[in-house]
Amino acid sequence: MLLFKLAFRNVIGAGLRTWLNVIVLSLSFVTIIAMQGLYKGMQYQAEDAMMQVEYAGGQYWHPAYDPYDPFTLEDSHQPVSGAAQRAVAAGDAIPILFTQATIYPQGRVSSALLKGIPPEQEIMEFPSEQLLQSDHALPAIVGTRMAKSNRLAVGDYLTVRWRDANGTFDAQDVQIVHVFSTIVSSVDAGQIWVPLERLQSMLKMPNEATLLTLRQGLTDPPVLPGWDYKGLDILMADLREMVTSKQVGGSIMYLLLLFLALLAIFDTQVLSIWRRKKEMGTLMAMGLTRRQLIGLFTIEGGMYGVLAALLGALYGTPLIVWFATHGWEMPEMVDDFGFAIASKLVPSYSFFLVLGSTLLVLATVTIVSYLPTRRIAKLEPTDALRGKLT
Amino acid sequence: MNTTTQPLIELNNVVKRYPMGTTFFTALEEIDLTVEKGEFTGIVGPSGSGKTTLLNIIGSLDSPTEGSARVLGNFIEKLSHKAAASLRNHHLGFIFQTYNLLPVYTVYENVEFPLLLLGLSADERKKMVMDALEWVGLTDKIKSRPAQLSGGESQRVAIARAVVKKPELVLADEPTANLDAENSHHILKAMVRLNQELGTTYLFSTHDEKVIQYLRRKITLLDGKIATDEVMTPQGG
Repeated sequence: MLLFKLAFRNVIGAGLRTWLNVIVLSLSFVTIIAMQGLYKGMQYQAEDAMMQVEYAGGQYWHPAYDPYDPFTLEDSHQPVSGAAQRAVAAGDAIPILFTQATIYPQGRVSSALLKGIPPEQEIMEFPSEQLLQSDHALPAIVGTRMAKSNRLAVGDYLTVRWRDANGTFDAQDVQIVHVFSTIVSSVDAGQIWVPLERLQSMLKMPNEATLLTLRQGLTDPPVLPGWDYKGLDILMADLREMVTSKQVGGSIMYLLLLFLALLAIFDTQVLSIWRRKKEMGTLMAMGLTRRQLIGLFTIEGGMYGVLAALLGALYGTPLIVWFATHGWEMPEMVDDFGFAIASKLVPSYSFFLVLGSTLLVLATVTIVSYLPTRRIAKLEPTDALRGKLT
Repeated sequence: MNTTTQPLIELNNVVKRYPMGTTFFTALEEIDLTVEKGEFTGIVGPSGSGKTTLLNIIGSLDSPTEGSARVLGNFIEKLSHKAAASLRNHHLGFIFQTYNLLPVYTVYENVEFPLLLLGLSADERKKMVMDALEWVGLTDKIKSRPAQLSGGESQRVAIARAVVKKPELVLADEPTANLDAENSHHILKAMVRLNQELGTTYLFSTHDEKVIQYLRRKITLLDGKIATDEVMTPQGG
């Protein structure tokens, strides 16, 4: 307690030097917490959006299906029968069928993924009901990214060519009946959605599907023999990995800031020990042991962290609360980020995030403060009083 | 610790050598010295004669290379760092030539510091600090910082800090070296008074004539050896 009292007096008494260190360190605190919260918010938003629009409560995949290998699509389909059929009938799952196709927009050739979805489904928050418009030969819906890249608009006709189960090529015009907007690019870019039964008929794959998407809130996913279960942990793994990699990249900025703050504290400590040799000698003459001196100087350094946390809380709390309430408007180019990012990012700050970041910085500051003080362990009182550091 | 039957300080054949390259420099050579409680004694001699080294050994800031130095019943050469720190904390007061006040502390806080180390309560500390500042006539400066004080005032704060815990022994290393004649006399009179009122033993290291005229005993060191040891009749005070 005595050392804390003395350290506090010394730190406050050092005036401007203390406050400069504290301000830089508090900036690191606030930036680290703000950025971590931003990435957390980004992850939660992306996960939420992907659950609503694509993954719902998880999926069952055809064993051959690999979303990263288009060549697997040809064989990734099987009849929805038995337990799978019962799950679909009970409203616990919806079948979705994929195939590769070639489209001819504006006289150009482009490849696309043709996806069949039951128009009346309610498991995914996806505008499939737009496909119920029956006055069109083959209604299709696309996302804004697909519409933009192929210059498509509602009412446009588009020739689509595909190969059916027998390997025979066929083609048909589809009419774009709806263009939807979503932050989940994996249901948008390069994709055309059509009614499932129409696609099954076109492909000569009656009652077949590539995957089944499960309803959210199922306590136990049904056991579907012949299908591979993919829980949300597996489906979100790529997203989480991507967020982590973005987080690592983004953390370089605040780590640099923290490094500068720590360097300033280390420098202050080294300078203190150099400049305050006589003071150390005096303290030893008055009865302070070397161990107490090391403790005193370490606590002094650590106190920069405590003061920075307090100062950071003072101006950082309203800033972070405002940020969490109002969000952060993102520019359009964030679509290139690689995963679902909303037009407005809302950071997510948890108690543990703030506590964890604070403790991490405090521990680092204390270690950095301690390192230079090890020289005191060799200090002789007579040398210190003469202003000599051995 | 038994201080009633033994002298306050008892040095027997104390030698202090410092390594100097491949050889050794002998700062003190076969010092035998006894100081009783309540003395007002000065160790005088030219620069480099070993005064400060002797004071450092007596103050347990250093230890002898050979011989034995017993201070308040403690053999300095056998003390651990912690035990030496405890001896200084509880029983010794130091006054330095350059005052050595803690720059970020106020006068009050500087004087309070040794009491904080002793773990006294806030009330006890306040009373003792105010008493000490009254002895040296600085009660009007309690909120000042060392940078705002004159040399004489700074040294009076240093004296208050040294005597605030009423130590058995005060060691003063050239306490008037940076002071003018008026301030020197003022300081020395304050110390004489504290010596008489509190019975504190004072041991000076000095070559200042102003200090010497206040001494009741003068030990002259020359080249690390005691040349003379005289009882004096104080002229000052």
